[in-house]
Amino acid sequence: MSLKSKTSDLKKRMQGALQGGGDQAIQKQVAMGKMTARERIIALLDKNSFHEYDLFVEHAGKDFNMDKKYLPGDGVISGIGTIGGHPVCIYAQDFTVAGGSLGYMHAKKITKIMDHAMKLKVPIIGINDSGGARIQEGVNSLAGYGEIFYRNTQASGVIPQISVILGPCAGGAVYSPALTDFVFVVDKISKMFITGPEVIRTVLGEEISMEDLGGAKVQAEKSGNAHFYAASEQEAIDQIKDLMSYIPWNNKKTADKFPKKPPISKDYKIDEIFPTNPKQPYDVRSIIRSMTDDSRFLEIHERFAANIVIGFGRMNGDTVGYVANQPLVLAGVLDVDSSDKAGRFIRFCDSFNIPLVTLVDLPGYLPGVDQEHAGVIRHGAKILYSYSEATVPKITVILRKAYGGGYIAMCSSHLRADFVFAWPTAEIAVMGPEGAANIIFRKEIKQAEDPDMVRKQKIQEYKKKFANPYVAAAFGYVDAVIEPVETRKFVNHALEISRDKSEVRPEKKHGIPPF
Amino acid sequence: MKQPKYSKKLESINIDMTEYRTMLTTKFKERKPYEKHNPKKLKAFIPGTIRRVYVEEKQKVKKGDRLLVLEAMKMRNYIRAPFNGTIKQIHVEISKPVYKDQLLIEFE
Repeated sequence: MSLKSKTSDLKKRMQGALQGGGDQAIQKQVAMGKMTARERIIALLDKNSFHEYDLFVEHAGKDFNMDKKYLPGDGVISGIGTIGGHPVCIYAQDFTVAGGSLGYMHAKKITKIMDHAMKLKVPIIGINDSGGARIQEGVNSLAGYGEIFYRNTQASGVIPQISVILGPCAGGAVYSPALTDFVFVVDKISKMFITGPEVIRTVLGEEISMEDLGGAKVQAEKSGNAHFYAASEQEAIDQIKDLMSYIPWNNKKTADKFPKKPPISKDYKIDEIFPTNPKQPYDVRSIIRSMTDDSRFLEIHERFAANIVIGFGRMNGDTVGYVANQPLVLAGVLDVDSSDKAGRFIRFCDSFNIPLVTLVDLPGYLPGVDQEHAGVIRHGAKILYSYSEATVPKITVILRKAYGGGYIAMCSSHLRADFVFAWPTAEIAVMGPEGAANIIFRKEIKQAEDPDMVRKQKIQEYKKKFANPYVAAAFGYVDAVIEPVETRKFVNHALEISRDKSEVRPEKKHGIPPF
Repeated sequence: MKQPKYSKKLESINIDMTEYRTMLTTKFKERKPYEKHNPKKLKAFIPGTIRRVYVEEKQKVKKGDRLLVLEAMKMRNYIRAPFNGTIKQIHVEISKPVYKDQLLIEFE
């Protein structure tokens, strides 16, 4: 056989494998508003950068007549390409081939590309669109999931792991995304759950639609399983590209440096955004944008636990992770969900050498039976643990109120913030003046002829004495009280001089965070 | 200072005797108010379907007597009387689904 005929044989074989599940299945996929697996990969990666591997892998099913079936690529596409010029390992499940079901070789392709990612120390991106385990392959599909989970765990904190849910992702399959760093969902397309509506109806008699049980909105707003929510697949792809520009390629690197840009100061004037009265709300994201390069801020978990804001921005061209209480939502309190949200983000930043800037304005932890019974003690402890554990540069700016446990938790100097700045509007105290005066002066107020007047007097007295940053500054808990307009300057300087910061933690196998 | 427009209307939340103006989340508004446990109100410990009702209203029962069969997770659970008493009201019907913590039977 000549080289030419060998080559044309190769091309014919490739053609066969590249057809996916065939025209009919592809039409069905498109009718659902979905791209095909290969289109998704091409859209996400830099132009012409995709190198596909394991195109000729065939499935290993022997039972139930599976040996007579041909499943192109065994329902998953894998390979390496680049995003922003840097290599990434990627796989996309192909729903048009046997419903993207996971069998032995399907899982082998995924674990192989994950192993590549770990060896090459580059991010792994998984695009999930699968009906679940391939039941015909029995225990081998379960083994496949297990092998993926194990690798997700080993890779955690070493390389960034991204999961994109573009179809169903149910049962065991959904634990791979759960173990990764960022999960993307798309409205009406993503469906994530452990047990589906059918099972719930049969065994428990509860009726619920797939969308209400585990649709994109639910995962992004209620459960917090998803970090990014998009209205279309293209929007999700743009979000991923944006996110990738902020994060380093592995835990030994730092993120790409971008050209320095000043904030758009005319749109974010602090004196127009910021009310000095601690009872009045404002959008803390505007304060973040008043500091970041080009006033850009990529918010993570935007719809979940909105009482805390987390995300990435750049200062002096370098990536910074922001954690900020949001007075606009639930007065910015810490609660079960917000502690969980921030705690995990802090650990991501610490793992990947991203400095943390914390903006503080909160009245404390949220009171309530539901919170206590939901475990606000152990969930709230996550934020303390994450900040105390983190060794990346930690800079804290106290904007207004910082009361009680909330003050300690929000990267106070006691949890080893490297620099703590406070605005003159800061109030660092055990609690707000109303609550404190009522406790300290309970007797005087009760015994007074005019209790209301005495209460008001005592609140004023407490306010004057404690509702300021100077008591904390007198003990050195605050490094500098600064003018709000100077915040970017101070934080930039702190970041600049912390560049080579090194801090040693006691040797241990690993800590035991309050999961 | 200009008052900016927000996506939801501002409401109040009280933390440590101080009222803060802020937006409230759906999750916060939908939180269940705490209810003290009342032994006279028998509730479903699991969502499921009522398969049998053994008792009638006004009937006297002894501790351990069978009251209902609640089928859930393909298991038939006998719901038994927690103490000697009289049935005041039965809130369930055969083959109807019940939700978790739904009131099943009230004692006098």
